Amino acid sequence: MNTFSLVVNGKRISVEAWPMARLLDVLRENGFTGTKEGCGEGECGACSVLMASRGEARKLVNSCLVPVAQAAGAEITTIEGIAIRDELHAVQQAFIDHGGAQCGICTPGMVLAAIQLLDKTPQPNSDEVRAAVAGNLCRCTGYIKIFDAILDACKRMR
Amino acid sequence: MSGSGDIDGWVGRSVPRKDGVAKVTGQARYVDDITMPHMLYGVTVRSSVPRGRIKAIHYSDKIPWEQFTIVTAANIPGENVIYLLMGDQPCLASRVINHSQEPIVLLAHSDKNLLEAARGGVTIEVEPEPGVFSIEDSLEQKEIVWGSDNILKQYHMNKGDVDSVWPSADFVVEGEYRTGAQEQLYIENNGMIATASPAEGVTVWGSMQCPYYVQKALMRLFALPAEKVRVVAAVTGGGFGGKEEYPSMIAGHAALLAWKSGRPVKMIYDRAEDMAATTKRHPSRTRHRTAVSRDGKLLGMDIEFTLDGGAYATLSAVVLSRGTIHAAGPYRCPNVRVHARAVATNYPPHGAFRGFGAPQSIFALERHLNKVAAVVGLPPEELRRRNFLHQGDLTSTGQEVREPVDLEGLLDRAFSATDYRAKVQSFARSNIGSRIKRGIGFATFMHGAGFTGSGEEYLASIVGVEATADGGAKILVAATEMGQGSSTTLAQIAADALGISFDRVTVAEQDTANVPNSGPTVASRTCMVVGKLVETAALALKAKVAEAGIAGDFSTASAAYIKIHGPLRHFAKYAAPPGIHWDDQSYQGDAYGAYAWAVYVAEVAVDTLTYEASVTDFVALQEVGRVIHPRVAAGQIEGGVAQGIGYALYENVQWKDGRMANNQMTNYIMPTAADVPPIRVLFAETPYAYGPGGAKGIGELPIDGPAPAIANALENALGVPFDEIPATPEKIMTAVRGAR
Ligand code: FES
Ligand code: FES
Repeated sequence: MNTFSLVVNGKRISVEAWPMARLLDVLRENGFTGTKEGCGEGECGACSVLMASRGEARKLVNSCLVPVAQAAGAEITTIEGIAIRDELHAVQQAFIDHGGAQCGICTPGMVLAAIQLLDKTPQPNSDEVRAAVAGNLCRCTGYIKIFDAILDACKRMR
Repeated sequence: MSGSGDIDGWVGRSVPRKDGVAKVTGQARYVDDITMPHMLYGVTVRSSVPRGRIKAIHYSDKIPWEQFTIVTAANIPGENVIYLLMGDQPCLASRVINHSQEPIVLLAHSDKNLLEAARGGVTIEVEPEPGVFSIEDSLEQKEIVWGSDNILKQYHMNKGDVDSVWPSADFVVEGEYRTGAQEQLYIENNGMIATASPAEGVTVWGSMQCPYYVQKALMRLFALPAEKVRVVAAVTGGGFGGKEEYPSMIAGHAALLAWKSGRPVKMIYDRAEDMAATTKRHPSRTRHRTAVSRDGKLLGMDIEFTLDGGAYATLSAVVLSRGTIHAAGPYRCPNVRVHARAVATNYPPHGAFRGFGAPQSIFALERHLNKVAAVVGLPPEELRRRNFLHQGDLTSTGQEVREPVDLEGLLDRAFSATDYRAKVQSFARSNIGSRIKRGIGFATFMHGAGFTGSGEEYLASIVGVEATADGGAKILVAATEMGQGSSTTLAQIAADALGISFDRVTVAEQDTANVPNSGPTVASRTCMVVGKLVETAALALKAKVAEAGIAGDFSTASAAYIKIHGPLRHFAKYAAPPGIHWDDQSYQGDAYGAYAWAVYVAEVAVDTLTYEASVTDFVALQEVGRVIHPRVAAGQIEGGVAQGIGYALYENVQWKDGRMANNQMTNYIMPTAADVPPIRVLFAETPYAYGPGGAKGIGELPIDGPAPAIANALENALGVPFDEIPATPEKIMTAVRGAR
């Protein structure tokens, strides 16, 4: 086992893990259980987190495919880091208002994918919204209310 | 965000979901998010052959077995069975193997990595026997793999005398239709945590739809009374039927490991195991023979409906029943015969999946009626119009339609929403010489809510409502929240009955130690049946407070009541609406308390170079009684339509030697955000007298219509019939080339 230092939601943590341990497991074992496992093979996006490696812009990654060694030193944002205290992010509030979360298991990943989209494209059109969450599977909603939520969130963030 | 003002009450308004904040912030606790001190992890060693006899179990000498907890059938304290309707399915196979995923040995250890290695260190020596892998082989009894004749269950449904009509019919139209297996593919895999000891009994926490099913199974498995078996539903990440029966199995396994090790044991399946081992939608074959008059009147329908049940009976009898009752659809026909059979094969058992047999038989019927229309020389909508059920007519079970129903009106509205007629013409023109062929199709159907026939009476569900000291109320039900919004809609119903704010109503955790048995969370029954009981219990609670003569509104009065008299609760028990009769022998009578009615219209585009089809527009119009929560209801419909699109076009379970070969999300393809069309959800609201606030069931309905509507649209686009789903590119290619 090695010791790795990660910055998660702005706080530095140090973890004991095998270098090839999945970032997903390391996060979950350290209390960030909002990051979910749906497939373990990069298909469902339930494990999505935002990751910024040194000097780079943050991007959405499937934490089930990222070995912890690769995340060492990076800044990671999980769903737990999105609301500021009790104040929900506009995307989270829009998911509530539009019914974008049903069973909720895909929701953390969806919310992060939406935030990543709005980071880069503040005024997305509906095709861009579809493309942004095409790597995140949802079996409950048929996606329609998720699209509505994301489009509304960007209006609110203007 | 809520809809109209609060004068009208809470029902009918899109209030914020009770579970919204926890879910968008990642705080909701699913089973895999729970850990316990000294917890072990558990895994299952399964068969690798689909049928045979176990000769020996070998443990590799490279594994330090003394560190592991090992459980086989010999360690089961009670009966080796996962009890549901029958006792044919073992919890752990000891001698006989009937499918490729039969669990045989359980292992537990605190280190997941060592556990994986150990799983590979167990070898099951099996003497293979030939298996049965198709409906045909099972019916022909190539091998007898279940009972004396491979028939898990059969029904003979008979209305009128179908054999009397063949000679006088102007046309007799025959057809055969098939549907494949479908994986529920909830994004949260099955999982369970158990603690167990002879002194304390068994407690499990997990992902499930039916806490009392799990309790019943564990009682048999451990030979324990109900008070020694406690089942708690964690937040459940989707079910769709896939967490109706299998949770009893995984709960049994986790509990056996906990019982032997004396430590909490967590078992969470990974995706590959969940897809390979747990239940799927039953594959089906339906044969129709229909007598019809020159003017398009249905005279007789002879239907043979067969489901592949897999290796054990599980819920096949009930799935078959629903499929049978829906097989003749919302049409008036004096003579109907359905011979329905669920047959055994050596696939892992098929089970509950949203729609529960109805999507299969409705697919067949709605394809077949297009064929009948073509033979008679009528447009498909006109044939249906001439045969729609009306108030006062009898369904195929002889049930009188007591509520008003207006299928013609629904059809007109759906057609004008989609511009159906104009599109039929414009697509026919634009398809000529075009690589992309476009088509439009529809399906008209009904779906019965609640348990079939005498099922609800047999369940005799109980629901409680309890006043809380702060003037609010708590709902006590075993109905689990798996995303469908039950914790919100039930609270709306109670708030209206009590005359208090929605915010003051909570739903208790689904813990068998605390909530009564309100029945399983299945069959679109939660809102209509359980919701009605919530309404009844809440009204009785309010009356109790009023009788006590304490002044003030419910909140003030109930809080005062509790101070004086102590706890205040009321339990309501199911009573059938008046005049409901069902005969299990003839399969005639009032099959369901209420039906929802619907017209779904799909538009497709097919690329004739790649043979890929996509759905480009979708309208789902339904009459479901009063809509309790428009946004939740629409979300249910949209999700069901997306699953239906997958069922029709993409979701193809590939079997190899009795096991699922594509048990990964990479090669079992469900619709993504890029695949779904705009889905327009429309409601017609005719309040139902015996539903809470006038509501009927809704959850299953949307899976019935998309597949036949899409297959009909494919036929419209390409001019060849699609009688088998999924219509994968290979199948479309074969159909198109075969027609040339
Ligand atoms: S769990 Fe990582 S993509 Fe599915
Ligand atoms: S809300 Fe259930 S998977 Fe998306």
